[in-house]
Amino acid sequence: MSDWTANIWEYALWLAATVGLSLALLVGLLIIIAFLLLMDRKVWAAVQLRRGPNVVGPFGLLQSFADLLKFVLKEPVIPAGADKGVFLLAPLVTAVCALAAWAVIPLDENSWGRWVISDLNVGILYLLAISSLGVYGVIMGGWASNSKYPFMGALRSAAQMVSYEVSIGLVIITVLLCVGSLNMTAIVDAQRLGPGTMVGLPGSIFDWHWFALFPMFVVFFISALAETNRPPFDLVEAESELVAGFMVEYASTPYLLFMLGEYVAIVTMCALSAILFLGGWLPPLDIWPLNAVPGIVWFLLKVVFMFFMFAMVKAMVPRYRYDQLMRLGWKVFLPLSLIAVVVVAGFLHAFDLAP
Amino acid sequence: MALTAVFFYLFATLAVASAAMVIVAKNPVHAVLFLILVFFNAAGLFVLLNAEFLAMLLVIVYVGAVAVLFLFVVMMLDVDFAELRAGFIKNAPIGVIVGGVVLAELIALFVARGAGPVTTAVKGSPVPSGVSNTEALGLIIYTKYVFFFQAAGLILLVAMIGAIVLTLQHRKAVRRQSIPVQVARTPANAMAVVKVAPGETGMPAEPKGQG
Amino acid sequence: MNELLMGYLPLVVFIGVALAIGAGLMVAPFLLAVNNPDPEKVSAYECGFNAFDDARMKFDVRFYLVSLLFIIFDLEIAFLFPWAVAFKEIGAFGFWSMMVFLGVLTIGFIYEWRKGALEWD
Repeated sequence: MSDWTANIWEYALWLAATVGLSLALLVGLLIIIAFLLLMDRKVWAAVQLRRGPNVVGPFGLLQSFADLLKFVLKEPVIPAGADKGVFLLAPLVTAVCALAAWAVIPLDENSWGRWVISDLNVGILYLLAISSLGVYGVIMGGWASNSKYPFMGALRSAAQMVSYEVSIGLVIITVLLCVGSLNMTAIVDAQRLGPGTMVGLPGSIFDWHWFALFPMFVVFFISALAETNRPPFDLVEAESELVAGFMVEYASTPYLLFMLGEYVAIVTMCALSAILFLGGWLPPLDIWPLNAVPGIVWFLLKVVFMFFMFAMVKAMVPRYRYDQLMRLGWKVFLPLSLIAVVVVAGFLHAFDLAP
Repeated sequence: MALTAVFFYLFATLAVASAAMVIVAKNPVHAVLFLILVFFNAAGLFVLLNAEFLAMLLVIVYVGAVAVLFLFVVMMLDVDFAELRAGFIKNAPIGVIVGGVVLAELIALFVARGAGPVTTAVKGSPVPSGVSNTEALGLIIYTKYVFFFQAAGLILLVAMIGAIVLTLQHRKAVRRQSIPVQVARTPANAMAVVKVAPGETGMPAEPKGQG
Repeated sequence: MNELLMGYLPLVVFIGVALAIGAGLMVAPFLLAVNNPDPEKVSAYECGFNAFDDARMKFDVRFYLVSLLFIIFDLEIAFLFPWAVAFKEIGAFGFWSMMVFLGVLTIGFIYEWRKGALEWD
């Protein structure tokens, strides 16, 4: 009996620790996203020679929090013709799926403390599975609204997200060929050695996969833009054609959850490119002052750098037309990444470099 | 072990309950959403069997791709579902017979195989350590089961061709963008310099293509 | 509970916490904000017009074709994952076996391209 109760205490302790860790990660993530959202708007404003949000707090730093408060205090409108259950489920699915992806993303080396919620053997597959669920929020929202613009927006975006997932999958395969594991930590660790160390340099940015697989990095970046419905691929919410796409009928926090899900998905894609191509938490040069910095700092810097690229693309590139978008996905990226898989595999096989 | 059992019953009950909802849901879109829930629970059961690769694949392929197609089809069908429902009672006996046959077959399978040598051999085989689930699959699919693998490739090819034959229809009179033509456009073939005397229109005799 | 399943337990907890945060945000305005619907406010948005009919309509079969092709390529990628992981161990035979598989599917891809299934009009 006492053995049994001891076990219960052990479980309870474990559960409390895991809930605490999850909360810490999620709250940290949401706070970082609040500031990244501000950064997005600031970068966009700077490109257009505006000031951007600058009223709430110093330099507008608290703008996102003010927005949150406003969303929560807004009236939630549910259209009369809507399917209420699905209508409210859609934003929840979007947000929860986007957040759930962070369970497998390693923020730092696990040698000191625990920096990943669950270090799955099939981490990258889990991420791919979760990101393929993002499409449901959009379809469900568009369908449940029972309004024309959302419906068309949902159809468009479903076809778009699905098209670019193929090239993302193939790009991930090329990276996996160089790693030989589906574990996220293993993917980062594989980037300790690379072309740079082969010629005798210390571990540096040239060992990371972006260098050896540069074309794939570009394909991944552009596909990530399309997958997350970011400009120039934001045809889902092309305001000149579809008003706001599948979100037209949403207000208050249901809308907030859609927007949150979208930004979390973007930051997930940034983190994924940092892990797959930019060496995760590894320092850019493995020498003293740099490798003494905690890995999480490097990881966050890389994520912010990728997010900056996303923001700059949004500010500078005009929107694609739908037929051009489909052409790029199916006729350019799909063959390109398929050929890359064959070339990378052939190269590794011919020179016996496979890990 | 107790926790595994709790999760097993949770997933199994949810799977059966949502499978029932797939059948009885009034709205076909709700039915598809319940089907997705079934897939998730099946993935959970796979994880409990330590088949993590299959679990993820189930989510990626069935939830991420097949169910999207189902949703498209269901959203596309513009039929009166109340009318469709009316046939439910009429066709129920046929459904019951088909379901009964499948159930009988499954029971027969379990009775025949339950205590057979195959399952005991599987139960007795040690779980390999140090080799991940995915790698274990990779080690045999492409070498030991190469013919099945290639057959899968051929089936996918047939599916691809079938999909195109069945659904592809070209709309007439659509002007498509031809990027090579646009790129190859030079000032020489795109514009003409004409001298315009006062009072004339300056338009060339025939327009030079579509700008 | 073996080690593999222990790895999935935190995942369940994490998704639970994420769900709680999402649901909390979702419920908040229903409790805090005014809720004062009127027929105009809850009607479907159609740029000022009254909605003509039900918004769910038939749409182009092309979307259907895209998702069919996606299923096929998704399966192809699914086959590539174990191959990439076991790439070294399965050696030349495994390599060429996958090349044949990809070759067969490339035939399908070329057919698709030539038929114009990838054109969007």
